[in-house]
This record gives sequence, C-alpha cells and structure tokens, in this order.
Amino acid sequence: MLGKIKAKSAHNDSLRMLMGKYGIGIVLLIMMVVIGIMEPAFATSNNFINVATQVAINGMISYGMCLAITTGGIDLAVGAQLALTSCVLGVTITNSGMNVWVSCFIALLVATLFGLLNGVLIAKFNMFPFVVTLSTQLIIRGLSQVISGGKAISLTSDVFKNIYSGKFLGMPIPIVILIIITIIMYLLLHWTKFGRYVFAVGGNVNAAIASGVSEFWTKVGVYTVSGFLAGVAAIIFTAKTGSAQSNIGIGYETDAVAACVLGGTSFAGGIATIPGVLMGIFIIGFIYNGMNLIGVSSYYQSIVKGCVIIGAVLLDMVMNKRNR
Amino acid sequence: MLEKNTDGKNEYILQCEGISKAFGGTQALKDVQLHVKPGEVHALMGENGAGKSTLMKIVIGLHKQDKGTITFEGKPYQVKGPVDAINAGIAMIHQELNPEPHLSIADSIFLKREDTVGKFFLNKKKQNERAGEILKQFNFPYGPKTLIKELTLAQVQMVEIIKAVSSDARMIIMDEPTSSLDSEETDHLFRVIRELKAKGVAIIYISHRMDEIFQICDTVSVFRDGMFITSAPLAQISRDELISKMVGRKVENVFPKVDCKIGDVVFKAENLCGKGFKDISFEVHAGEILGLSGLVGSGRSETMRAIFGLDPITSGKMYLEGKEIKNKNPRSAINKGICMVNEDRKNFGLCLLRSLRENISLPNLPKKQRGILINQRREIKECEEVAKQLTVKAASIEHEAFSLSGGNQQKVVIAKWIMANPKLLILDEPTRGVDVGAKSEIHSLMCQFAAKGMAIIMISSELPEIMGMSDRILIYHEGSINGEVTRAEILDSTATEEVILAKAFGGK
Repeated sequence: MLGKIKAKSAHNDSLRMLMGKYGIGIVLLIMMVVIGIMEPAFATSNNFINVATQVAINGMISYGMCLAITTGGIDLAVGAQLALTSCVLGVTITNSGMNVWVSCFIALLVATLFGLLNGVLIAKFNMFPFVVTLSTQLIIRGLSQVISGGKAISLTSDVFKNIYSGKFLGMPIPIVILIIITIIMYLLLHWTKFGRYVFAVGGNVNAAIASGVSEFWTKVGVYTVSGFLAGVAAIIFTAKTGSAQSNIGIGYETDAVAACVLGGTSFAGGIATIPGVLMGIFIIGFIYNGMNLIGVSSYYQSIVKGCVIIGAVLLDMVMNKRNR
Repeated sequence: MLEKNTDGKNEYILQCEGISKAFGGTQALKDVQLHVKPGEVHALMGENGAGKSTLMKIVIGLHKQDKGTITFEGKPYQVKGPVDAINAGIAMIHQELNPEPHLSIADSIFLKREDTVGKFFLNKKKQNERAGEILKQFNFPYGPKTLIKELTLAQVQMVEIIKAVSSDARMIIMDEPTSSLDSEETDHLFRVIRELKAKGVAIIYISHRMDEIFQICDTVSVFRDGMFITSAPLAQISRDELISKMVGRKVENVFPKVDCKIGDVVFKAENLCGKGFKDISFEVHAGEILGLSGLVGSGRSETMRAIFGLDPITSGKMYLEGKEIKNKNPRSAINKGICMVNEDRKNFGLCLLRSLRENISLPNLPKKQRGILINQRREIKECEEVAKQLTVKAASIEHEAFSLSGGNQQKVVIAKWIMANPKLLILDEPTRGVDVGAKSEIHSLMCQFAAKGMAIIMISSELPEIMGMSDRILIYHEGSINGEVTRAEILDSTATEEVILAKAFGGK
C-alpha cells in the first residue's frame, strides 16, 4: 500500500518535472496553432525557414545572455557589441579592402576582447554585472561611432553578403550557424566542466568556491563567450543589411533577456537549459512573424510581446511552485 | 520607579515561570524559570544549545513560549517583537551588532521613535539636540551627527547601550558583549554596566567567559539541555561547581566508534596563525578521528577553513604526508587530498537547486572528463555508487538537493568528498541539524572511512558526540589549543566532560 502511494507521488513528481521543463514548449505549440489557424500562410515551410533565419541573430545573443543570467548576472553590452563589430567589418572590408574572412576574424576578436573586459571587471573587482555592462555598453557604442565616423558604411562584397543570403546543403547559412552554435552551447552548458561551474557559481557561489570552483575564471569565461556570440550575431546582421552602422542593435538585449526568461532561465541564477532558451528564441520570433502576417501594427506587437512574456513566466511559476 | 517593594512580593523585576518551548520535535526549553532583581547583573550560563538564547528570544518577543508566564515589573508581560519589548522596557544588545552603517548616531538612537514635525517629516534639529545631551551624559567622545560607520565596534555597542537606556529600558540583555572587545574596551563597558546598576537597571549578561562572569555579575542561573538547573549568588559558588552544574550528565556510550589501526602521520600543522586562531600545532594520523572541542567562536572552524584554503594563513607551516604544502584556494587543497565538510551546509555545502548528481560530482569533474566533455555515463554510475554507499535516501540522483531532508543533504555533502577520495577529511559539525537516525549513520560512516586509512578531523560542539567518536580531542580556547585528551583517558574516566569544558573555558 505504502509502496503504491510512493510510486504515485514519484509519478506526480516526474510529471511536474516534465511540465516544468517543457511547459514552454506547450506555449510555443499553442501559439503556432493559433497563429496558423488565423493566418494559413504562417504554417508553410517557407515561412518557417524565414523565421529561423531571422531568429539566428537574437539566438546568438540570447545564448550569451543565458550564460550571464545563469551566473546571476546580465550582459547589457550585447547591443553595442553588435554595432562595434559591424563597424569593424565595415571599416576593414570597405575602407581598407581586407579579405572578408580576415576581417570577420578581426571583428570576432574585438567582440571577444570586449566580452573578456566585461568579465574581468565583473569577476576581478566584484562589481555588479548590470553596472559594468551598462557602462561598457556606452564605451563600446562610442567606439563604434568613432571608428565609423558616425556614418553608415555600405558593404558590397558578395562573398560577405553571401553569409546571410547563401545556402549550405540547401539551408540558409544563418540557420546552419544557429544549429552549430546551438549544439556547441548545449554541449558547453550541459556536458562540460565549465557548464557545471556556471550552474554552481550561479546557484550558490560559496558552495562552488568551497568545492574548488574558480569564481573568477567561470565569470570571465561567461562574458567572453557572450562577447564572441554577439560578434557572430553582428556578422549575420551586417551581412543581412549590407551596411555597417553604429546605431544598430539598440534594444537587442531586451529580446535576448526575454528569450532566456521564456526559456526558463532563472534570474536568481543557477537554472537554465539550452533547449529552453532555443524555444524562447522561437517564441519571440513567432510573435514578430505571426503578428506581421496577421497585420498587427508594430505598436501593438510590443504590447503583445510584453504580455506573452509575463504570461509565460507566470505559467512557469505556477508549474514550478514547489521549487520555490 | 524601581524601588524595591519592601513587603518582598515584587522583589523581582523579571519573573519567568514554567517556560517551555519546542521547535518541531526538539524541546528547546522545558519548564524553565528565571528571576532577575532590579539593579543586578544576572549571568546566564550553559553550554551551546542549553536554551539561554531561546529564553532571551522569548523575552524580547522573537519567539512565543508554548507554556509558562512572564511577569515584568509585577505586571503580566507578553510582547510581539523587539520593538514592543523596548517600549515595555526591555532591550537586547545582540552579539552581532547590526546597525545601519550610514545612519548618524542620533538617527540610530531614535530609530523607530523619531521626532517628527507633523506626521512624516523628521525633526532633525530637535533629534540632534536630544541625542547630544544623552551622549554628553555618557561622556561619549563623538557628536550626534557622526555616522555609525566611523565608529569602532566597541563604540557602536556603546551607542546601542545608550539607545537602550535613553528609551527608558529597565532591563538590558547583553549577549556576549565582550566577544569582540579588547581589555580596555571591556573595562569601559564594565564601568558603564556598574553605572547602570547604580541607576537600578537590571542586566542579563550572557557570556562564556568565566573571569568576566565572576568580575561583573551578582547572580548566575545555569541552564543545561533546555532545563533550568540552578540559580545562586556568584559569591556562593565556585568555578568548578559552576562547570559541573553546566555539564551534569553521564557520557552514554551510544556511539558506534570502532577502534581502528592508527597509522602514520597524514597531516601536520606547525604554528599556524590566521584570523581567529594563533599558534596551532597538531598531527593527525591515518585511521584516526581527531576531535576539536571548544566553545563556538573559539577558532576551530577558522583554523580548518584556513587549512582548506578558504581563508588565508598568515604564518606557520603545514605538511601532508611529510611534504610541506600551501593551499591558496580549495581547489589546491582538494587536488592534494584535503576535503572539508563545512558547518554551514546551506551556504557552503550544496547548490540546492541543482541535482544530487551535479552536487556530488562538482569537485570531482576534472577526473570525470573524456576529452573536453564530461563522461556522463561514468559520472552517473559513480554518483549512484557513492550515494548508495552512504545510504542517501532519494528516489533518484537526478532530484534537486533541496527536496532532501537535512540528514540526507548532509550525506550528499559527505558523498561528494568521499568521491574525491581524500587523505584528510575535515568535518565541521557534521551532524548539526540532522535527525537522530541519520546522525548515527554518519557516525558509522566516519568509522568506515577511518578504517580505510583516512585521517579525519571532526569539529563538534556537542560534548557527548566528540567524546564518543574521537581517538583524541584537542580543546580550543580563544584561538589556541588549550589541552588534549585521549580516548583512553575518556574511557577510564580521567577525562570527563567537566575536564574538557574547564579547558574550553581556559582552565588547566
């Protein structure tokens, strides 16, 4: 008798864990079905490929943001990183006529170094990530205005533009990049020592240190990866628009934070999953896409986006009630 | 206001009668009493966990008693919290002072009873004037506008006392008031206490320092295991009598201690100094359980944290298996084979939101890698094995740590260190907050580890535990080792609880 009761409660437990883990997937499905019924053009493979291509940019940024939030921080500099990387690309390719790949390498290096700088400032001096990245964001955007002279630099190189519009094995390259980065991030967070340390530092920094984890290197690693991913996002973005500008990426951190939160990343730190964040990224993408198709004005889109995020987080709170 | 009632009826300012209090299943207080006269300094004594703090928390309204009555100044007394207690005339100066560092002295003194203009606006001018007068009465060297953060700890404490007196407190409770004062500051505090006494203020003085008790107090009440033992004027009681009253019980042999073969020296400390401890030298052998006894705050945990690399060591040498070592951080200690179960499980032991598996393997990940990835199959297998070995009761190692009971959580903490296969395992209060069953299981595990040749250091504030489990006990007193007893001495009763406690209090 007792055994039965125990078995049942264990079953409830696993159901709860399942819902807690994949509840957001259900939200995503319901949303797709509703939009699909309202607008048949939504449920076409063309449209899905379209969405996946568009979300690749936010995807890169969101993965970096997810790491920062999981360690109990935040990276507000990603939007400015996008602008700086873009301007570095413009200056090196158009103004200096550098090889596209060399230029991409330099741009990624710059983004990664600024990520490293964020990490060192946060971990070495124990400053609040919010304040540090809020400030470096200003520096980074200022720098991008300095090197671009505040003007848009057009990029005409076909090799470069091909990064957005080209195909690899029949798939748009941004989707290929998204898939590769998703796999790498999944392995990084869930299958490596570094990932475990990220969870441990975010979950309980004292216990992590007492277990031999280096808080410094973990945090430095997190912001460096975030910087690198912002660089990747900037390459896709610049290839898409064909123009390097110092005023792009404003507000991109908001969508990234939203995708993380929707994907079950806890602001208290220590909880996140990469599949969750991926679903969050797609929910944000579908909100934009679906409403564009239905013909909702962009003013209302913003309102709807806010409501969906609050609703999803509330749902998550209710499902994981026993966790808190 | 405070004249003694000549008919003797209301001789006491505070009368606690038949107070009982239980927390969950633990009876913290059983039918205790306390009688304090106006104008006396009344010492409360007892071991850690004897019930002194619980009783004081009931008096200032932080807890509510299950049974019993309190009478203050002849009237029934029941308060809802510390602010209420201050209004009624009882203030408590806590051991860890926690004032707002950015407030001025005047703001701090009048906190929660500010002078106001109308309902909302502070009357800073009047407040500063009033505070200035009060400070002058106490010959306090700073003005009312000085910020709290500019003061020394002793001065902050004085501000707290001034605050209590200025709010017309007729009774002040002081919990370990001298724990962070030097001797000059202590003398000054005692002068102030005597002045308060002369004004008829009653003082309840909680301290572990025997010398001070005899120096400043008039009467002592002794508590043990949540019970009231005795109350007597200090003039009529000796130091030894006091200690034996505090201990009072027989050592029961309920501990599963198995005598193991004691091997070579594993770890040796030579004249270690650091924050909270000085000149610590000892050796611990393979297969030995070395107990560290002493009062809370005597420097035991501080020494062990420093050895484990959590805090710095300022001077001294450490040797592991004969080789000199230094531990800059816990990682270097773990790599060498020194592991530590921290006393504060929630803050230093577990990431409660993560799974048992992740918690157990956290310090051991460098050994579980295949290339750059974690070999999860091996990780799961090994975590399950160690969880089984330690009889962790959980449906699965994938459950989050917070879902487990305290005892099982503690086993998980031990499990992660056993997986690291340490040469020296340090256990700081390994059975605190653990139920009886799990407690004895943890004790059996300690014996198993020792039998495998591990050296174990156990800190415990429970005398029966430390006497029942240790091969050797070092006794700390105020940051230094003040004596050692062996298991043989315990077994033939030449080293009793009285002997250990006397050493812990600084005696010979």
